[in-house]
This record gives sequence, C-alpha cells and structure tokens, in this order.
Amino acid sequence: MHEMLKRLRSKNEFWLAIVLLGLVVFFSFTAPAFFTIGNLNDLLTQNAFTGILCAGLIVVLIAGGIDISFTATASVVQYAAVTLANMYGMNWIILLVIAGGLGAIMGTINAFFVVKFRIHSIIVSIATLNIFYGLLIFITSGNYITTVPDYFYDGINWLEFQLGRRSYGINLQMVLLFGSFILTAFILKATNIGRQIYAMGGNPDAARRLGFSIFRLNLFVYGYMGFIAGIASIAHAQLQLNVTPTVLVGRELTVLAAVVLGGASLMGGVGTVLGTILGVSFLCVLQNGLIILGLPARWEGAVTGLVILIAVAASALEGSRQMNMRRASRKGQEAGAAA
Amino acid sequence: MTAFLKLYAISRRFGGVTALSNVDMTLEAGEVHCLVGENGSGKSTLIKIISGVQTPEPGAQIIIAGRDVARLTPQESTRFGIQVIYQDLSLFPNLTVAENIAINSHFGRPHLVRWAELRKSAEEALGKIGVTLDLDAVVGNLTIANRQLVAICRALTADAKLLIMDEPTASLTRTEVNRLLDLVRALKAQGICIMFVSHRLDEVLEVADRVTVLRDGNKVGTYSAGEMNDKKLAVLMTGKQFTYDLREIDISCRPVVLSVEGLTRQGEYDNIDFELREGEILGLTGLLGSGRTELALTLFGITRPERGKIFLDAAPITLRSNQDAINAGIVYVSEDRLTLGLVLDQPISSNTIVTVLQHLAGRLNLVPSLIRRDTVDRWVKELSIKVSNIESAVRTLSGGNQQRVVLAKWLARKPRVLILDSPTVGVDIMAKDGIYEIVKSLAAEGVAILMISDEIPEVLYHSHRILVMREGRLSSEHRPHETDEHRLMAAVNA
Repeated sequence: MHEMLKRLRSKNEFWLAIVLLGLVVFFSFTAPAFFTIGNLNDLLTQNAFTGILCAGLIVVLIAGGIDISFTATASVVQYAAVTLANMYGMNWIILLVIAGGLGAIMGTINAFFVVKFRIHSIIVSIATLNIFYGLLIFITSGNYITTVPDYFYDGINWLEFQLGRRSYGINLQMVLLFGSFILTAFILKATNIGRQIYAMGGNPDAARRLGFSIFRLNLFVYGYMGFIAGIASIAHAQLQLNVTPTVLVGRELTVLAAVVLGGASLMGGVGTVLGTILGVSFLCVLQNGLIILGLPARWEGAVTGLVILIAVAASALEGSRQMNMRRASRKGQEAGAAA
Repeated sequence: MTAFLKLYAISRRFGGVTALSNVDMTLEAGEVHCLVGENGSGKSTLIKIISGVQTPEPGAQIIIAGRDVARLTPQESTRFGIQVIYQDLSLFPNLTVAENIAINSHFGRPHLVRWAELRKSAEEALGKIGVTLDLDAVVGNLTIANRQLVAICRALTADAKLLIMDEPTASLTRTEVNRLLDLVRALKAQGICIMFVSHRLDEVLEVADRVTVLRDGNKVGTYSAGEMNDKKLAVLMTGKQFTYDLREIDISCRPVVLSVEGLTRQGEYDNIDFELREGEILGLTGLLGSGRTELALTLFGITRPERGKIFLDAAPITLRSNQDAINAGIVYVSEDRLTLGLVLDQPISSNTIVTVLQHLAGRLNLVPSLIRRDTVDRWVKELSIKVSNIESAVRTLSGGNQQRVVLAKWLARKPRVLILDSPTVGVDIMAKDGIYEIVKSLAAEGVAILMISDEIPEVLYHSHRILVMREGRLSSEHRPHETDEHRLMAAVNA
C-alpha cells in the first residue's frame, strides 16, 4: 500500500489530477455558473477541437518528433471537405473518412522530409505549416464558406435529455473527442506499432540497430497526426456552421502546451494519454473558469501563459528532484554492491 | 569442439585506409574468445563484419554453423544466432525491464501486444542467467550493471549462439565485473560462444579460453589464454615493451602546496587529512563510491565541505565555486571527459583556449586570431596532440588525443594543483603511456598532482605516494617501492 502510494506520488499525472481538482473546487465556489451540466457541456464542446488535436500530438512527441503544422492541415482539410460535402452531399461517415484520409496524406509529407532528408521535425513542420496555409489563403483568397450541408445543422444528438430550457446530450464534438483519445490509447498501449513508437522515441539509435523500420514508423506517426487534424477540423466546422480559413492557424502552440503540461517530453519517449487528457483539461478549465469569473478577455492570454510556465517549471523541478534521488539511491546501491 | 564460426581472408578497406587485412579466425561453440587490440586495430570492423553490418572485400569466406554464407546481412546474422551487445547497450531507457528484454515480441503478427506472454518470456530470460530484476522497473533507473543484464537477456531471448560483447566492463565496478565474468562462464556452460572485446587485459585473461590479438588491421595471432599474461598481451598489441621502475623518490623536503584537515561531507567523505607537495604525484585509489570523486569535487570548489579546512600554501582558503578554485590555481580534469571535459562538436582550438579566453582577449574583448592560433599550436606541440587541423571537431580525435586536449585546456591556466580523475579511462595502452609521460614531466616542473584512479597499476607505477580510500575515509597510505599490485588490491578491497 505504501509502495503503491509512493509510485503514485512519483507520477506527473497524480499531481496534475490534484491541481485540476483544486482548480475545479476553486471555480465551483467562486463562480456559481461553473459547476453545472450546462458548463460541462460547453467545456467539452467548445474545446473538442483542441482536445482532439492533443490526442494526435502526444503520439508525435512520444516518437521523439514535434509537429506544429496540424492547424494548417486542419484548415486545408476543413475547406476541402466541406466544399466536397456541399457538392456531393455525403453523410458523416464518408465526410470523416475523406477528412481523415486527406489529413493523413498531408501529415506524411512531414514524415518524408523528417526521415529522408534528416531535417528536424520542428523546421519541417514550420515550413509545411506555411506552405499549406499560404496555398489555402492564396486559393481561397481567405473567403468564408457560409453554406454547409443541411445535416450540419442537425448534428448528432444521442441520449438527449431536457434540463430547464436547454436540451443536452452527446454531440458530434464529444464523440470525436472521446473517440480520438480511445483510439490513441489503444494504439499506444495495445499495438506493436505503439510500443515501437515509444521505443523509437526513447532511443532512436537502438531502434535503428534492432531493425525497426524508422521510415514506416514516422509515416504512421505524422500520418496519424494529420488524420486527427482532419477529424478535428470537422468537429470545428460542425460547431461553427461555417468555414473560416484563417481561424485555426495560431492555436498549435496551445495544443503543444497542453500536451507538454500533461507530462510528454520534448525529448521523446515519454508521455501518456491520461496525462494528456489531464493537461488539456487543466488548460481548458482554467480558461473557462476565468471567463466565468469575469476576468477581462484581454487578460486571458497572459494569465494562461503564466500558469503554463509555472506548471511546466514545477514539473521540471520535480523531475530533476527525482533524478537526483534516483542518482543518490543508485550510488547507494553501487556502494553497497562494492562493499 | 565444433566451430561455430569460421572466417577466412577477411579484409576491409575504407577509401585508401585498410582497416582489416587478411584476417582468419575461428570461434568454437561454447568458448570464450577475447578479441584485443588498440583503438584502430580493426576490432570494431571485425565485429561489424560478423554481425553483417559491413561486407568484407571479395575473396573472403564466412562459414557459420557449417554453412558457407556468401553474403551476410544483419538479418541473416541474427537468424544464425549472432547477437552484439554494444558498449552503449542499445536499450530503451523509457521502457520497462520486461519490455526491453522481450522487445522482439513487438515485431510481426499479430499486431497486438500480448503483455502476459511478453512478461513470461522476459522472466524466462532472467531465469536463464539466474537473476531477479523487477520486471516493471524502468530501465533508465537501473544501475549500469543491471542494464547490462537486461541487454544480455534481450540477446538470449533472440536465441543467441554467439554473443559479442563490446567493452562490457568499461563502466562497471570491480564487484560487478566479477559478477559479469561469472555470468559469462555460466553462458559458456550452456554452449553459447562468447566473444569478449575489452581494453582491460587482466579481465580478459580471467575469463577467456583463447585470445586473438589484432594490430593495425592484421591478426598478430590467436593464443591460449593459459599461456598469456597482461604484460605479454600488451607487447603483442603494441609491439612495444613497457617497463616501469619503482624507484623511491624523496619529496618530503619540498614545500606543501595543498593540504586538508578533517575534511568531512556527510555521506560522501569523512575526516580526510592529507598533504600534497610541490612536484608530487599523489595517487588516490578506492572502489567506485568510496568518495574519491566527491572529495575531488570539493577541492575544485564544486561542493562545500561541512567540516574541516583546506590550506593552500599553508594559508586556509574557502572555495565558494570552481571559479575560486581555478583562480587559486587548482584545476580538475574530470573522469567523464565526453560530457564534462570537452565540447565535442567544437574545434580543438576553441576547446583548448576556453579556460584562458580572458587572458588572451585584447581590445573590445576579442581574441585576435593570430594569438589564438599561436596559443593552440604551442599546446598541441607541447602535448604532442596528433591533429591534422586544429579547427576540426574534438569528436574526430581518438580517446588518447581527446584526453590530451582536456589536459591542454587546463594546463593553459598554469595550475599549481592538478587533480586528475581517472585520466586514462577509455584510452589505449600506447596513449596511456603518453599521458603518464606528460603527468611526470608536469610534476618535474613543480605542479602538485592528485591522481585518482581505480586501476591499481596506474597509481602504483606512476605516483610517489598512494592513498587508499574506503567508504569515505582514507584507510591506508602506501609507498610504491614498498608494495605491489596484490597488496594494494587487498587494501582497496579490504
């Protein structure tokens, strides 16, 4: 029992969960509108886009890479998919398959340059972000799509119930949000390719020596990120009921911050789905709570940034403290063995 | 005995350089075969050819388990049961012991992980070598020795028939080395052939059945380990005779430069007293974890003692940082030159002058390139560092030359006290000898030297006085001409 507690306490997720809980309790008492079904519904729906992207980015970080082009991918996919849907009137499933597929293809472009030309993924994805976004703006002249297929207005509404004046239920955003996290968790935990991704992120040289197919793994990783970006873009389009090509790019760093906050390492090999969920929940609850509390919107960015900095610094401090303890205990073992 | 692997006429050229020339070799099933040779003698190339990573020049013949293998690929080599454990172990620090051992189960079909099977096969592999490790421990948290066990187990799950271990003892303590050698014997008893590549000749001879010596890409010969000793091996490897005499040199009349009294730091070292005289080489030895390095770090101002005093020229000094120590003329050459001593990707020149930049700097705090080059050239010549171009990265140098660059960097500060921590780790015999020469000539110039090492011969043959440290205390003092390797070893392990 004591041992279990000790293991638990050494985990980043444990502390993050406690801080998140504290935040929820704080807002529940200070902002009456916070702890309500309605606000939970809004939280999940409004932040689904960010959350879904986190489910993709965690895989890239574990693989030892980084990607910031996914918002541009999402913008392109959103524009293309909704245009196609307007032309051919397809259903949800086909629309999602097209969006995910197109996103995956765009994502693999990153993998190609990262592996074949050995360029650092941050440079590659800065370039592809600008190329994708630049082409989109050039082709569309930045114009909105204001008509969306009829079924966008209906959305999906499962398990609906009436509460006061509003009706609540499981909507498209929630389905895609939970679906993405479940899919990512399944891939990372239960499939060979997921374990190979962890291994490659932990020691790329060893992975190469053991005969891992580095190129195929990276194709999968960046392709999956693109796929997820495509899915996220549909969740966003259905919520907005229009497509604005300029509105998504710029959110990539929030997604990155959420994933890093969740304990993923920028050095690769480290990160969990649970941590990611907690990280993104923390950021979203914070922003949501501050708005309900009535903090002027112009303060929001600065406060969020400050909190990210504090949280990441605290976790880095904890990490180095544990490293020291480990080193000390290892030294003890060695001295013990020597004596 | 049956031959597992036969190599005939193995040559390999890289550009105009011949790395291996016409080497024949036979590895018997169930033998421990040691491959020794200096850096650049062709050991790594031979390993790479056996593991299929590189192909030999035409005319070579490779016969594995009785089959003539025309072209050996890495995959094929693995299929024959050839497993290489590289010096860096190639483990995944972020994964658990179980997953590292059974990493091969992550390949092939079905595509889903079967955790129960994975754990079972890891457990079996550990059982095979009679070791218990926590299967759920993260490998990055293990000691180097335990990581090595994990790497060996991984090789065993791949059904190894020939296990090649590259410098397996380099970062182990003596006790851990003994345990590893026991394990090697146990694997041998199971019929596994082990090829052991090592710098440490005494260990080689403890475990080997036969020894093959390479020099400059040529095979010098294969010898039965029984007829060898480390001195003979050293001669075969280098083609040069090394003799060190143990004359008594009296330095008690020289002035004391550095002395400490009752120096204590909880958990690191306890009540340390010693004096270090001008021109003296004081050897400090002891097991890893005995507090040697911790003491050195205090003398260099990195950590502060909790009790006791440090005197420089009989005056007490307080070292608040390593900057204070450097200014007082005390410098420390770390045992870990790769991460602490050098900036590997920076040129030799910058690495050499980094400690004296402010002395060389002229107007606007810039270092004129002419002065820079002169200074570097002088040190390169002084320490006979073999470089083709002082602007190439330090990474491109051999271990011995890298160590010389570290020395040059500190000698440029004209130190009064030089603390050397394991100065010849990873340096081969010839280059070691060169470093000893440098140390001796520095002492002759009056530099007081504290030489820390866990190699008994190193302190025995190259110091004026030897202190042995045990569990944080100075346990005994020896004079080289009054003791020998065995007695000193006994004092260390007492």
